[in-house]
Amino acid sequence: MIVASRKSLDEILGLLGSCKKVLVLGCGGCTSICLAGGQREVRDLCAELDARVRDHGGGLTLHELTIERQCNETFFADADALVKDYEAVLSTACGAGVQFVAERHPALPVLPALNTAFVGFDKGVGWYEENCRTCGDCVLGETGGICPVTRCAKSLFNGPCGGTRSEGTCEVDKTVPCAWFEIHKRLKGQGRLALITKVRPAREWENQTRRSVIQEPYKARYAKP
Amino acid sequence: MKSGGNLEAVLVAGHFAVTGELGPPRGSNVDAVRKKAAPLKGMVDAVNITDNQTAVVRMSSWATSLICIQEGLEPNYQMVCRDRNRLAMQADILGASALGIRNMLALSGDHQSFGDHPKCKGVFDIDSIQLINMVKTMRDESKFLSGEAIDGPPRLFIGAAANPFGEPFEFRVHRLAKKVAAGADFIQTQCIYNMEKFGRFIDMANDMGLTQKVHILAGITPLKSLPMAKYMATSVPGMDVPEALIKRIEGVDKKKRADEGIKIACEQIQELREMKGVAGIHLMAIEWEHKVPEIVERAGLLPRPKVAPPPPQPPAGEA
Repeated sequence: MIVASRKSLDEILGLLGSCKKVLVLGCGGCTSICLAGGQREVRDLCAELDARVRDHGGGLTLHELTIERQCNETFFADADALVKDYEAVLSTACGAGVQFVAERHPALPVLPALNTAFVGFDKGVGWYEENCRTCGDCVLGETGGICPVTRCAKSLFNGPCGGTRSEGTCEVDKTVPCAWFEIHKRLKGQGRLALITKVRPAREWENQTRRSVIQEPYKARYAKP
Repeated sequence: MKSGGNLEAVLVAGHFAVTGELGPPRGSNVDAVRKKAAPLKGMVDAVNITDNQTAVVRMSSWATSLICIQEGLEPNYQMVCRDRNRLAMQADILGASALGIRNMLALSGDHQSFGDHPKCKGVFDIDSIQLINMVKTMRDESKFLSGEAIDGPPRLFIGAAANPFGEPFEFRVHRLAKKVAAGADFIQTQCIYNMEKFGRFIDMANDMGLTQKVHILAGITPLKSLPMAKYMATSVPGMDVPEALIKRIEGVDKKKRADEGIKIACEQIQELREMKGVAGIHLMAIEWEHKVPEIVERAGLLPRPKVAPPPPQPPAGEA
């Protein structure tokens, strides 16, 4: 899941500038699941904005609408019909969703209410941890299911570095497990240490230019004539 | 000879080698480099020039290395993976070799969060083991990492670091083996205080045949004071300072503690000289460069061997 967190109210108000009529567009996808940009968070955000603006003389009209996903046109019928009545859209989608809306309505300022943080999983309700940097060349099969790109502070492929602490934590933060300490422990438990005793050569980074994916069965459909 | 440098010649001749360390200044102050270099001349076989150590900006390690050459000291040019991608690394490796640098040490580098620009973008395009292999391929196969041909390969003696005390202890010798397999010619270890544990590490390296393939220089950093001993024990990740050592320093008069630190270092050096598989020491007298002559003198490491320079080699490509 893509995990995001809300920008400060001050930053959002700065982005809104002099706009008086704003559509606050929630997303029912990832940012809803990570409790940052779904229906409830949109309602809370509007309440906070209202209260703040009221303290300063008012004059901001907000309309709330949460659609199923902001990254697919199928879900935009309601939003498209409303947008023309507003000076700006404040989106609580991830960075992809914000761009999707902006591309759909190029004449309108489309503003992010969130900072998109990472791809991760749930540690508890409202608590998430990064686990994937979408590097485009997954090594998890050889690292015991622990990502060295994401979880090693230096993204080492032949770790651990010399900074692993005595308790097996990272030199950067003594509360964070050293990824390579964990990789070693897990592979040892599986009897597969041979996977990390050979030198892993320098990799080709696949995420240095914008990527697109067309799944194999659909290649014919999108083939250029 | 792979490099034509002094350190390689000393090690190949079987002498017990001594390397030192010099941290570049935080500015373009050439005199500061010369002042640190002066006491090291004739006292060490090569001197490590650190590369933005602890992720703090300093004069570049290659530039400081060149000043050391002017001062008659052979540099061991350190390069970390934190600040450069493979393009910049290969360019600097070629430039360093072209200007007479004959040793380099490949390191991952302290994480940028420790330094003076903690939110900068760490590069880590390749890691230290991949860097070792890249330099070896450049030198021995005259090829860039891309596989394309090099016009005049670099001549460098390739160093790597090892920390015998980082966890998981049992894997550290395997990581050393990876560095040897990648192409390291010599190894400099993290500062050693726990001699018993270092002995176990070297035993494993001997058993795996690694000490036959690579020259291991044992890291020595004399403890200047009780606060330094305590700092090393508690605040440097991956460092192992036994309680008994701290007690020993605590046990002597405050004014004599620096001397006690040197005495301990000398005892360690004697023990290391007897240890099978140890080819020398790497003396990191941190901000204590002026004490190096006294330390090597008291440790019986003088005079440093004068090894005849190797015969000139034909340029690559000519038989």
